[in-house]
Amino acid sequence: MSETAREPLLSVRDLRVAFESQSGSREVLHDVNFDIFPGETIAIVGESGSGKSTTASAIIQLLPGTGHVTAGSIMLGDDDLTLRNQAQMANIRGREIGYVPQDPMSNLNPVWSIGFQVKEAVRANGIASGKKEIEARAIEVLKQAGLADAEKRMHQYPHQFSGGMRQRALIGIGLAADPKLLIADEPTSALDVTVQRVILDHMAKLTREKGTSVLLITHDLGLAAERAERIIVMKDGEIVESGPSRLILENPQHPYTQRLVAAAPSIASQRIQAVVEDRGVQSLADVADAAPTLRVRELTKDYKIRQGSFRSEPFRAVDAVSFEIPRGKTLALVGESGSGKSTVAKMVLKLEDPTSGSIEVDGVDVAGLSRKETFALRRRMQPVFQDPYGSLDPMRNIGNTIAEPLEIHKVGDAASRRARVTELLDQVSLPQSLASRYANELSGGQRQRVAIARALALKPDIVVLDEAVSALDVLVQDQILKLLADLQSELGLTYLFITHDLAVVRVAADLVCVMERGKVVEQGTVDEIFANPTEQYTRRLLDAIPGASIPLGGAAAAGL
Amino acid sequence: MSSDLNDPTGVNHYVAPAATTTLVVDAVRVDEKPSNLWSDAWRDLRRRPVFWVSLLVVAIVLLMAIWPTLFTQVAPNNGCELSNSNGGPSDGHPLGFTFLGCDVWSRMVWGARTSLTVGLLATIIGTVIGLIMGAFAGFYGGWLDSLLSRIGDIFFSIPYILAAIVVMSVFSTNRNVFTLAFAIGGFAWASTARVVRAEVLRVRQADFVTASRALGKSRFGTLISHVIPNAIAPLLVITTISLAAAIVAEATLAFLGVGLGSDVMSWGNDIAQAQQSLRVAPMALIYPSIILTVTVLAFILLGELIRDALDPRARARR
Amino acid sequence: MFGYILRRLLQVIPVFFGATLLIYFMVFALPGDPIIALFGDKTPNPAVVEQLRAQYHLDQPFIVQYFYYITGIFQGNLGSTFSGQSVNDVLARTLPVTARLAVMAIAIEFTLAIIIGTVSALRKGKLFDNTMLIIALIFVALPIFVLSFLAQYFLAIQWGWFKPTVGAQNDWGDLWLPAIVLGLSLYATSMRLMRSSVIDTLNQDWVRTAYSKGLTRSRVVPVHVLRNSLIPVITNSATNFGVLLVGATVTEGIFNVPGVGNTLFHAVQKHEGPTVVSFVTVFVIIYVLVNLVVDLLYGLLDPRIRYVK
Repeated sequence: MSETAREPLLSVRDLRVAFESQSGSREVLHDVNFDIFPGETIAIVGESGSGKSTTASAIIQLLPGTGHVTAGSIMLGDDDLTLRNQAQMANIRGREIGYVPQDPMSNLNPVWSIGFQVKEAVRANGIASGKKEIEARAIEVLKQAGLADAEKRMHQYPHQFSGGMRQRALIGIGLAADPKLLIADEPTSALDVTVQRVILDHMAKLTREKGTSVLLITHDLGLAAERAERIIVMKDGEIVESGPSRLILENPQHPYTQRLVAAAPSIASQRIQAVVEDRGVQSLADVADAAPTLRVRELTKDYKIRQGSFRSEPFRAVDAVSFEIPRGKTLALVGESGSGKSTVAKMVLKLEDPTSGSIEVDGVDVAGLSRKETFALRRRMQPVFQDPYGSLDPMRNIGNTIAEPLEIHKVGDAASRRARVTELLDQVSLPQSLASRYANELSGGQRQRVAIARALALKPDIVVLDEAVSALDVLVQDQILKLLADLQSELGLTYLFITHDLAVVRVAADLVCVMERGKVVEQGTVDEIFANPTEQYTRRLLDAIPGASIPLGGAAAAGL
Repeated sequence: MSSDLNDPTGVNHYVAPAATTTLVVDAVRVDEKPSNLWSDAWRDLRRRPVFWVSLLVVAIVLLMAIWPTLFTQVAPNNGCELSNSNGGPSDGHPLGFTFLGCDVWSRMVWGARTSLTVGLLATIIGTVIGLIMGAFAGFYGGWLDSLLSRIGDIFFSIPYILAAIVVMSVFSTNRNVFTLAFAIGGFAWASTARVVRAEVLRVRQADFVTASRALGKSRFGTLISHVIPNAIAPLLVITTISLAAAIVAEATLAFLGVGLGSDVMSWGNDIAQAQQSLRVAPMALIYPSIILTVTVLAFILLGELIRDALDPRARARR
Repeated sequence: MFGYILRRLLQVIPVFFGATLLIYFMVFALPGDPIIALFGDKTPNPAVVEQLRAQYHLDQPFIVQYFYYITGIFQGNLGSTFSGQSVNDVLARTLPVTARLAVMAIAIEFTLAIIIGTVSALRKGKLFDNTMLIIALIFVALPIFVLSFLAQYFLAIQWGWFKPTVGAQNDWGDLWLPAIVLGLSLYATSMRLMRSSVIDTLNQDWVRTAYSKGLTRSRVVPVHVLRNSLIPVITNSATNFGVLLVGATVTEGIFNVPGVGNTLFHAVQKHEGPTVVSFVTVFVIIYVLVNLVVDLLYGLLDPRIRYVK
């Protein structure tokens, strides 16, 4: 297909960006080239450290810290933006190029009202003048952004808004001056998945109406494919592949892109199978005969929330939740924020006491156990938490961290513990030399492996994985999920997998339990639920998965 | 669809040349030297000249306190002859004489012992109390936190020098190093407690603490083996700066006349006594002022350098 | 907001009673005859001793003594000094002077700290910043009585810019030297706090977003950086007030400013126990009130306190 001779709106050529530090200059972007044409939406996709956000910051010359452009050009029409100083850039920012940042809470000044912050954008970009006109335009901006009661909202402060509302305000501010280009840096990563879809739909509608070009930065390949006409894949500061979205996804050429496409979880993917055995799970009937290792019945948890200074109201975080996990299987507890899934996990681990309901491990009700019995029970249930940077004590080396469970439960002597640590490091594919190292030397994925090793030290039956892979990059996440699958089949582990990401559920779980606001909305096997969701909320969650309808890479070839 | 070098902007389909090595996800990369908070901090500190200078000053003053005769042969109080009053430097008396005819240098050297002893004791008392109160309040929360915080607020609402003034005025017949140290430390703990509490609260949220509890470790055990070691870093900074403050407090109280008594050697005493002859013999006041200020400065600098060295954000930038 | 005010007021009550009780306890509940101890190495006039015994109700149990003491305070009766004057009279004379000194010192402190702290932060690492940091560090290390003497010797005695002592002429213009000394002593910590606060704020995401909206530095810094940076400085000023009180005591003593601090200074030097206790109590009450006011002010500055969801 021949190229129509369109003029690009933005043209980046041979861009290099470097950061200065005590040890010298470090180049983070190497020879980046791409164009953005009027009216189109393109996405830059990459993992953390790929340079995608740096590229976005470089375009509006707002590189953090000591970052600066060392070579190349960024042409906006006839203007090379790299040659402009900060004062000159101020004319471009907001007016020609709008910016929507990632985290809605930290990107709004907490001491000024939302209206104030919208008005100053309006005023600075010359869209309106005079107090009344500016006020009117600001209200219009908020209304366009989808905020109801815009007049009332003008006087409110950021902490009084929900995350989704704040992001809408930021999108409104970004588009306030009708810029030709909108740069959106992971605009919805900090939001719940159903909110994400609504906000992105709205943003797409606005940009379509105004003919704005959009540069979307994201780590989610599915999202990029869904929202953008073209995708640019970046790794380690370089572009490895770029082209029309469908082409990239259906036929990725570069090995990195192929790995990315293969690892990205989506509805069309299959359950990650352990290499050893084939454990197809088709329906509940198949699993019914295995004995439930964990059984939760009518579990309820009430909290008292302080309202004002003196009153406190009961708040039901978990409402009559029931589920069972047969031995050796994985049940995913999925829900958005506030669904109560983490609270269920805490109760299962006996870190909190339920208000009512029962938890049975191998048929034994855990509520009635004495302190000694509870202590013994803990050997059989272990957690892995979400934040890799908080789950390991920075003051202890890796060996001691993994050995801690053995020390607490007084298993073996020093020599046998050392041997066990060696064994565990092997099982999670980490080199032995790490035993004397400290957590700060490891990456997020490596820390999670250490956390898994620690969880396995006492040979538990049940592992509670509370958003254990949510904070990891896609490729690392894939690696960890495969590791977990291998360990499950090798050691006969039962997993309770807590997550907000339905796509991960597809690849990681056998059974799924959808929670909303403390209640179980629907549950069943993963195959059943994904094929035939009965509840509306479940359907909304499934629809909200970015890239739901797009067949990725190998799946298309597999004839799904 | 293959690599099209004429189309780097990827309007069609651009593929970068693939690297020759295979892609390894999340490879383990560690430096040769093991890196943890303390070793990194030490490596940072030891290449700063200011650190060594401050350390040297502290060492000298410490030596003066432990072994005064190393610095001066003149006995501070015995050699005082009024005939030498406000005299200038002479043989064996490099800095001259005070109003009462005592050797300035000698009094400065012997004064180090008082300042450092009181300073160290007061700091130890204040830090220990502050650590216990702050750690328990922060870790156990609930009613214990409310109670301990309220107690801390009460002590905090009396500026510790004022409180020390009252205590020393009441104990006027019983002034020794211990009462003075308790007077200072017994009130200064409140600000240490607040910092410790904030730090403990922060650490308590971390997942490794929850993991410890999920293993069945007792709360107290978790406090001792996980929370406190992580709170040591800010505690170290506070202790160093508290030491500086305690030395100033002792000097101020001595200056006001409620220190250890006018016959005890103290920089604060010397400055107070030299006040009357400020016009004619200012040096008798300026010399002890210098050594006091320099000592305090050295401790404050050490505290700040340690704080910067231990700052996790600063580590990331190195 | 109303809830915040109410909670804050309620918190003041136990602190107030606790602090006064603590002072009282230190003086009267510890072993020994408190009255004799209060006089230190002086031999008191027996008549004064009797009067004090009656005044402090020493024949009663400790709690009753404290009760009389507290109700006395609420009735505005703060007792009498060693020399027999009523504390209230002394306060009426001296409080205005100290107030003037404090206002001047705080004005100097804040003006310098905010301006220099902000400029230093904006020019972080450059010559201005490094120079100011060194100067501030020296002021932090200099105990206030040392600074006072140095100022007195060089600025007043040697170079004659000011009168070395204040004395009876203590109107605004006469208080410059002690106010400068006190202000500079406090300035050091405030300036460093302001500087680090501005540096932290400059790194906040919303500052970057403000620039991305097309705002210029001349708007972003005053609007989005300054107000946020002031918050920790304001909250710290409450604790700093305690340092001010002690500093006022020392400077008023050295420069002979006839304020409350001076009275305390002389009472301490002359070992007049009862006066010391009375005036320290006065200072503590003032300190608690100032803390309360600052906390309420903080509620005004930070809307997150005002509107709790």
